[in-house]
Amino acid sequence: MNYVSETILLAVGTFLALLGAAYAYDSLFAAHMWVLFFVLLVSTVVMLRKISFASAGQASKSRAESEYSDEVIKYGVIATVFWGVVGFLVGVVVALQLAFPDLNIEPWFNFGRVRPLHTSAVIFAFGGNALIATSFYVVQRTCRARLFGGNLAWFVFWGYQLFIVMAATGYLLGITQSREYAEPEWYVDVWLTVVWVAYLLVFLGTILKRKEPHIYVANWFYLGFIVTIAMLHVVNNLAVPVSFLGVKSYSAFAGVQDALTQWWYGHNAVGFFLTAGFLGMMYYFVPKQVNRPVYSYRLSIIHFWALIFMYIWAGPHHLHYTALPDWAQTLGMVFSIMLWMPSWGGMINGLMTLSGAWDKIRTDPIVRMMVMAIAFYGMATFEGPMMSVKAVNSLSHYTDWTIGHVHSGALGWNGMITFGAIYYLTPKLWNRRRLYSLQLVNWHFWLATLGIVVYAAVMWVAGVQQGLMWREYDDQGFLVYSFAESVAAMLPYYVLRAVGGAMFLTGALLMAFNVTMTILGYERRETVPGAAPALQPAE
Amino acid sequence: MEAYTALRQFADSWGLMGMALFFLGVVLFTLRPGAEAQAKEAAQIPLKED
Amino acid sequence: MGLLDKHHFVERNATLLLVGSLVVVSIGGIVEIAPLFYLENTIEKVEGMRPYSPLELVGRSIYIREGCYVCHSQMIRPFRDEVERYGHYSLAAESMYDHSFQWGSKRTGPDLARVGDRYSNEWHVQHLIEPRDVVPESVMPSYAFLKETPLKVTDVSMELKANRAVGVPYSDEMVASAKADLAAQADPNADTSGLLERYPKAKIGDFDGDTQNLTEMDALIAYLQMLGTLVDFSTYDDAAGYR
Repeated sequence: MNYVSETILLAVGTFLALLGAAYAYDSLFAAHMWVLFFVLLVSTVVMLRKISFASAGQASKSRAESEYSDEVIKYGVIATVFWGVVGFLVGVVVALQLAFPDLNIEPWFNFGRVRPLHTSAVIFAFGGNALIATSFYVVQRTCRARLFGGNLAWFVFWGYQLFIVMAATGYLLGITQSREYAEPEWYVDVWLTVVWVAYLLVFLGTILKRKEPHIYVANWFYLGFIVTIAMLHVVNNLAVPVSFLGVKSYSAFAGVQDALTQWWYGHNAVGFFLTAGFLGMMYYFVPKQVNRPVYSYRLSIIHFWALIFMYIWAGPHHLHYTALPDWAQTLGMVFSIMLWMPSWGGMINGLMTLSGAWDKIRTDPIVRMMVMAIAFYGMATFEGPMMSVKAVNSLSHYTDWTIGHVHSGALGWNGMITFGAIYYLTPKLWNRRRLYSLQLVNWHFWLATLGIVVYAAVMWVAGVQQGLMWREYDDQGFLVYSFAESVAAMLPYYVLRAVGGAMFLTGALLMAFNVTMTILGYERRETVPGAAPALQPAE
Repeated sequence: MEAYTALRQFADSWGLMGMALFFLGVVLFTLRPGAEAQAKEAAQIPLKED
Repeated sequence: MGLLDKHHFVERNATLLLVGSLVVVSIGGIVEIAPLFYLENTIEKVEGMRPYSPLELVGRSIYIREGCYVCHSQMIRPFRDEVERYGHYSLAAESMYDHSFQWGSKRTGPDLARVGDRYSNEWHVQHLIEPRDVVPESVMPSYAFLKETPLKVTDVSMELKANRAVGVPYSDEMVASAKADLAAQADPNADTSGLLERYPKAKIGDFDGDTQNLTEMDALIAYLQMLGTLVDFSTYDDAAGYR
């Protein structure tokens, strides 16, 4: 395979980036275009070195088309592990910055620029790569068809990595729209739109050419996620750039409309990126790992429709008691509470898939990881509706309680289910008999679980205390605490939070090591926990 | 303002009912007796060899 | 024939799923968001709101660039403690020219919706250079580099024009005099009568204590000092504004 046209396109892109740097409207755009230039230049050189000058017939003979295209998924798994470690590491750094402000290094590594880097790295780089890789794997297996579009899947993968690099370097340079979880500026957004349309084409094309008559429900969730994210991304990022060679743009909406648009996006990024997509993962990898069909297939279909019906309405609960009209707030609250039902329906469906094989929780650390993920899904989707109740929200909003809630969802649900999928995929994709070490998986499980528990508990206490301190009155009718006192009170919690995060990061490093050794073909000699349980007296 | 009020009234009544009915239809369609065998079969998809 | 039929049905099925999900998820957005745009009472009528002056607008861009919204909200909720701590609760009208909005979602630091006029310029300079000098408990990063960085704006009238394209009522006169207004607002010796006519209540003067250079610190403090100062609440009727 020679990739001639791809290489030429890359070279043209490199040249355009150079032109962009030369004719930039502002210095930030020039800096960002230099970054793009070097990234594309390196890519072009790599591609050039790959060109083989053998005759076309010979080259293609050596690569008989296999049933499934898995090479891109292998890259996806590696990217997921890599970005996961990066994202968690940056998370620990920003956690420490809040505890010890001297760790801020102005201007590029100040908290305000690094925190978006952390959230985007975890959600979009780690989560996004996990979703793309697993969706490509699942759609091929459940449709019995090779990925549609040939090299388009490679474009999706590398295009998405380019998006990540541009977004991340942009944050550190100070290029941001200030829209949470949609911070990249307009030109990076345009690029993501292109990549996303290609992603939709590959995924939908594969479904359309499937050999299996039924579309398996995991694909419903993936498809719902891809389509909805496309819509959310485009609407929320509508903006007018100051110059087509400059970074700055002004949102098409203002004030209250802008706020609702943004949180309609923000909440559904949670609902469709971090929930629907990952549920697709759950509905494939849990049955695979326990080797039983999903508990109730029909419940999973109802789960799908109920979820996409209700999630889209829940956004205004991020804006309780703000200048958003009351009716919109109430609507958001009602739908958030109703969401509790499909969420728990899905949780029960996932857990009950293990019925008749409950012993696997004890014997298989990967199953244990997935079960813990589903349990955290249940916890986060209980806590969420509770926090959307206006009375609770009046206390929890603006505090670290929200941060704790987000992390029990992101670390517990998204993280754990992804780890489970990666541990499942790695031996399969690289044709290894088993993972390098199941004991390391066990260590990873406990480090991650304890890390999350520490994190969520500490942030919950911190948030409640913060909220109570802000509203505490003495018997004279005066506010008891200044704001600064509530900041000082957070120090022990912020330190403990960093400890919890560091535990989670350590677990991810173990995973990176385990996956690497598995890919390299090593097998650690160990007794697989629970494989041949010693006989014990009945309890 | 008039158009808005009318639209909103429609959304609050018929629109809401329409959505609820659609959802109910999905649920009933999924739970209809004939669907069970089909669902059983579909649930086996991931477990076939890969 | 039978096979062809089946294939056709299958194909329709996947597309149907796609369209079905898209329709379902669109409904929520249309019903919830769209009304805000043509609902007249989404934003209350108040006296005093005006577009940002060029210097304030550029300062606001620095506020965004540094990610201040990550830790500071600009949205005071109608609770007794918040109103006592920060001032009158925020009105929708007060962010009507904010592209994007800066309401924020987390208060690692205090709300800034009405921070204008609350502290002196000198306090802000010192606080931005070394926050713990003035608030020992603070965990805010240092922004000393703002005072060393000259304010570089390629063409400030372009910024106003972009805002006008998204609906901010900048007049031709404002666009034409944008560059002069930018310089005049931070210069205590300039003639600012035109500026004040275009942007009533604009804060004028040397903000960062360095009269020689127009720095990013000047712009940021000019923005901070006007936050929440435009609406005159002595004439605002709470009951009439309720939505």
